[in-house]
Amino acid sequence: MKRTETYLLNMGPQHPSTHGVLQVKLTLDGERIQRAEPVLGYLHRGIEKLLESRTYVQGLPYTDRLDYISSMNNNFGFARAVEELARLEVPRRAEFIRVIMAELNRINSHLIGIGTLANDLGASTGMLCCFRDREYILDIFNEVCGARQTFHYIRIGGVSGEFTDKARALTESFLARVPRFLAEYDKLLTGNEIFRRRIVGISPMTPEEALALNMTGPNLRATGVARDLRKIDAYSVYGEFDFDIPVGTHGDNWDRYIVKLREIKESARIIRQALDKMPEGAIMAKVPRVLKPPAGEVYSRTEGTRGELGFYLVSDGTPKPYRVHIRRPSFVNMQGLDLMCRGMLIGDSVSAYSSIDPIMGEVDC
Amino acid sequence: MEKSLLSGIARWIHGEISTLTGSPLLSDLVLIVIGIAALLGIISLAAIVFTYAERKVCAFMQMRLGPNRVGGRFGLLQPVADMLKLMSKEDIMPAGADKVLWALSPALLFVPAALVYAFFPFDAGAVLVDVNVGVFLLLAISSQAVLPFLMGGYASNNKYSMIGGFRIVSQMISYEAPLLFSLLGILMITGSMRLEDIVLAQQGGHWFLFLQPLAFIIFLISAIAETNRTPFDLVEGESEIIAGPFTEYSGMRWALFFLAEYANLLTAAILATTFFLGGYLGPSFLPGFVWFTLKSVAMVFLIMWFRWTFPRTRVDQMLSFSWKALLPLAILNVFLTGAIMYALDLV
Repeated sequence: MKRTETYLLNMGPQHPSTHGVLQVKLTLDGERIQRAEPVLGYLHRGIEKLLESRTYVQGLPYTDRLDYISSMNNNFGFARAVEELARLEVPRRAEFIRVIMAELNRINSHLIGIGTLANDLGASTGMLCCFRDREYILDIFNEVCGARQTFHYIRIGGVSGEFTDKARALTESFLARVPRFLAEYDKLLTGNEIFRRRIVGISPMTPEEALALNMTGPNLRATGVARDLRKIDAYSVYGEFDFDIPVGTHGDNWDRYIVKLREIKESARIIRQALDKMPEGAIMAKVPRVLKPPAGEVYSRTEGTRGELGFYLVSDGTPKPYRVHIRRPSFVNMQGLDLMCRGMLIGDSVSAYSSIDPIMGEVDC
Repeated sequence: MEKSLLSGIARWIHGEISTLTGSPLLSDLVLIVIGIAALLGIISLAAIVFTYAERKVCAFMQMRLGPNRVGGRFGLLQPVADMLKLMSKEDIMPAGADKVLWALSPALLFVPAALVYAFFPFDAGAVLVDVNVGVFLLLAISSQAVLPFLMGGYASNNKYSMIGGFRIVSQMISYEAPLLFSLLGILMITGSMRLEDIVLAQQGGHWFLFLQPLAFIIFLISAIAETNRTPFDLVEGESEIIAGPFTEYSGMRWALFFLAEYANLLTAAILATTFFLGGYLGPSFLPGFVWFTLKSVAMVFLIMWFRWTFPRTRVDQMLSFSWKALLPLAILNVFLTGAIMYALDLV
């Protein structure tokens, strides 16, 4: 009698396409995936605990290391949480600079997401195109804060350096590039029949499933739920800008890819408006040398590049937070992996990983 | 036999040795040994040149510089550095590997890859083994490459290797069929399986590329699939199964796989040149083998271009594309060729 058995394939933590140190235990029936179980913890550094043993100001650089692709957004989220806790008023100019930086970082992060998706599907030229265009964003970051990664630029109470004329010129020239490189991706990737066939209809997800798994960000919007905290909460100065929330229809890898591409366009729109409306003034609020927020607790959420980035801080009136909890979107989105991989082929599992777009620094925290 | 530079040299060597030793058998033997050495030289040279070319072509496609440190501004010594690296690497055999099969696999893979070079007409009369069933032998030998891949995949005691081994069997068997059928039209027109006859049938610029355009496309796709290159590099699909059957190999054993891969790449290019681009034929201001080289290198560039532009297909898509699209088209091409030949009274 013929008999077949399922077998277990350990993908990672050392594997070319598990994006860092993700380990996935795949239960396979031939090439078909029956179950995908992510194993986390290879990059765990205890950032929440580290934050609790340092003052608020000292803790900020650690958030750079959470999702190391979108450090600006993490700085932004943490700074907002502390400001809310300490009831600090941030100058208007600083808010505009923050929005510009957060949106530039969103484009940066989405470029990497698209690039790694292309690379995982074997189109390494697509990835290098994305990395080439990302350089121009890093040049802007380099100009304002001197770093190309782990910026520590958005500080509690404002930003650390002036948004110079050179930075403005660099941003302007980058904005001029955006439609050009998007057209190039359309030619190289979006319009490629092989690329389409590899991601259209793969790993679909319904809005109900995505919501039940608490997914946020582009992964949720790809299923058709227009949930974007920049619109819902309109925090910082986001309420003053005119932008749309791109949504997909099927929640498959194709939609996740297209949503990211369209979000790049929307982010560019926001940056354009922010550059035009940016007022003059201070870039840093008066922050006491020893920051002692009054006792209390706060949950502050922002729209990170991968979804809802929340910081829960408890203060007991001392310079150090009593408790920090971080809601990391990558970690929560990771729950969808099993659902996305079931019934797919091994080749699809890698496109599922890269369309979830997890950053292990954030997943393991 | 026509005159050409290469065949002239061969005849001269043959004559010299015959007069020296007085034994035609010995001189035949010497000539064959020289021929084999020359073919191995071509393969090694191709591997060296193509590793460099692949890096530079890839860099060109990806707006990078490519090798530019070892050996001057253009990194000309990069292949040498690569070779030294491979030779000095530790040879690791995985625990639980089937030792005999594991060691045999790279060697056996190289044999068919190198063997087929004996049939290629590099120039007029410059064929090591001139057989009248050349096409048949060529395809028969090259299809032997399936087994060593499967052996390597099975013997490595690694799941990734095993999956790669399974994939290669399905892929190579699937694309053998359209490859063969795409060449049938040409065989019908020329009425010969001798490779040189096929080249000579294209005299006067009547390349089969123009007579059999559909066959050329099918042949090119199948040949790329047979050489396991993107978009059909599922066998060693890096982002999925790391390196497929080669995952556990290192050092010189891996280098043999590598050599075979580039030998196969050149084979695909040479076959396309011979069957569709008029082989060594060309305007007489350049010798035949120069035309042959130029056309082959152009084909290699085309295949590299594909590799650095296209994403990878998926297993099911790869199989259904072969059986549902390429094979019916190839058979249609055979029927069309037959019908046209019948209509033109060429039968």
